[in-house]
Amino acid sequence: MNILIFAEHNQGKPNKTAKELASYARALAGEGGTVTALGFGLQSPEDLYAYGVNQVLNVDDARFDSFNAKAYALALQQAVEKTGADVVLAGQTADGQYVGPLLAGLLGAAYVTQVVSLPENSKPLALKRKSFSNKAIATVQIDTEKAVLNLAKNSYGLHENPVGGSVENFAPQVDDAVFDDIRSVRVEKATGKVPLADAEIIVSAGRGLKGPENWGMIEELADVLGAATACSKPVADMGWRPHTEHVGQTGKQVAPNLYIAIGISGAIQHLAGVNSSKNILVINIDPEAPFFKAADYGVVGDAFEVVPKLIEKLKAFKAEH
Amino acid sequence: MLSVVPDTTSKINFTDDNTRFDKAGIQFVMNPHDEFGLTKAMQIKESTGAELHVVHVGPQAFEPVMRKVLAIGADKAFRIDMEPADSYTTAVQLAAFLKDKDYDLIIAGKESLDYNGNAVHGLVAAMTGLRFVNAVMGLDFEGDKVLVTREIEGGKETLETRLPLLIGGQKGLVKEEELRIPNMRGIMMARKKPLEVIPPVEATQAVEFLRFEKPPVKSAVKLVDKDNLDELIDLLHNEAKVI
Repeated sequence: MNILIFAEHNQGKPNKTAKELASYARALAGEGGTVTALGFGLQSPEDLYAYGVNQVLNVDDARFDSFNAKAYALALQQAVEKTGADVVLAGQTADGQYVGPLLAGLLGAAYVTQVVSLPENSKPLALKRKSFSNKAIATVQIDTEKAVLNLAKNSYGLHENPVGGSVENFAPQVDDAVFDDIRSVRVEKATGKVPLADAEIIVSAGRGLKGPENWGMIEELADVLGAATACSKPVADMGWRPHTEHVGQTGKQVAPNLYIAIGISGAIQHLAGVNSSKNILVINIDPEAPFFKAADYGVVGDAFEVVPKLIEKLKAFKAEH
Repeated sequence: MLSVVPDTTSKINFTDDNTRFDKAGIQFVMNPHDEFGLTKAMQIKESTGAELHVVHVGPQAFEPVMRKVLAIGADKAFRIDMEPADSYTTAVQLAAFLKDKDYDLIIAGKESLDYNGNAVHGLVAAMTGLRFVNAVMGLDFEGDKVLVTREIEGGKETLETRLPLLIGGQKGLVKEEELRIPNMRGIMMARKKPLEVIPPVEATQAVEFLRFEKPPVKSAVKLVDKDNLDELIDLLHNEAKVI
């Protein structure tokens, strides 16, 4: 099978999502299959060869410098024609989720999101995906010739599999009108913080913190761990924290290696957004908090007592390791 | 474009040898992401005098939700009469519906909270060629220009475009406290508003749901005493291997 991946990057370096897609694509392609990555301004293709990408198509055209979903979808469509790819993979990112259905529509291909497994069957393709906000896993069969898959974040993991790859300049034909139709005028990003989407560890807090003035210790704990900060829905709704930090069913769905929930009771809607996390640590003063049922590790105690102590212990631990 | 989904507190079960979602005892509600879009649409209607229509692909059983939308203030509802089977066939219906219409702004939710396909609105955009922005958390008009704010990794991006436009809306489009609920007068008026039922067009599924399973159950939580946090650090380091 031949696979094309939409490889996103940070300042030219393939990001973790791109590497996870490459890992999955390598396994899906099988012996003799080719994995091609399409990047826009990608600078270190060798970071993708390490995960099994045979061929990198790099678009070096200033018009593509800022993401434009339609233009990117047209470029991906042309890359599919060039490579004869059977399956295109995109990531569970803002851009991947934006471009994915557009590309599927252009190709007349099935679009399957939240994919969590390799296919159990290759002809027709049958694979597992999350459904009902992580409360179920569905096995779906794809009935179209080509498919666009969106891989759930952190579901397959990174698997190094070095191959000898090559890079080629790729110049998609896209009209200027497409870029003029929807133009980026401003990007605002929180600087100096770990973005939620890529975070290996997330420190999240809820109403148990009693007020926005108490977030200093949450940010300090996140700093010590190199973690991102997040919050529950009521906290975002009350304006204690920005909406971009809200994780849960109607907020962001996250799947870090470690999710630390402090002063969050664990409503079913919150759990739906975090229960794909590899490990969950709950700190809550109420031993009956439903979150403990979904947790791997728990501490029953007052956050204002436990968190500062945990920060001190972690600082000592980090100093030794 | 409106989606109807199980209430977010629902327990999810399956029937027919785990091949179908069990609707027994489930309360169906408007998709939460669509509530933000509907409220935004109402605000635009109230400030510009625009006419507001709502379209839904689904069975007759979901008509109470359509009536609720009319009661909140939509002028007319359309129901394309079929049980949605996959994102692709649903998108085909909506694209066919839009073909002979002339809407300036089409609002969908960025995903429906049942099958979480995150697909239909993007597929409709590809099928119709409409300008499209996903994950929209802000929408403002400046003369002929439309400024659309979408969520990106770690922040937000403002895009400049124009009408006609299709968006996948989400939280942030309006404030939580602005969300509307029907009042008695609205409910009375909704009874007289048109709810047109449209037969589906032919479409072949791209994806079939073969079966469902529940995610594996977590083993019991390991509780660590609050005065023994060294043990917690040891577990996170040596067992979970996350620090």
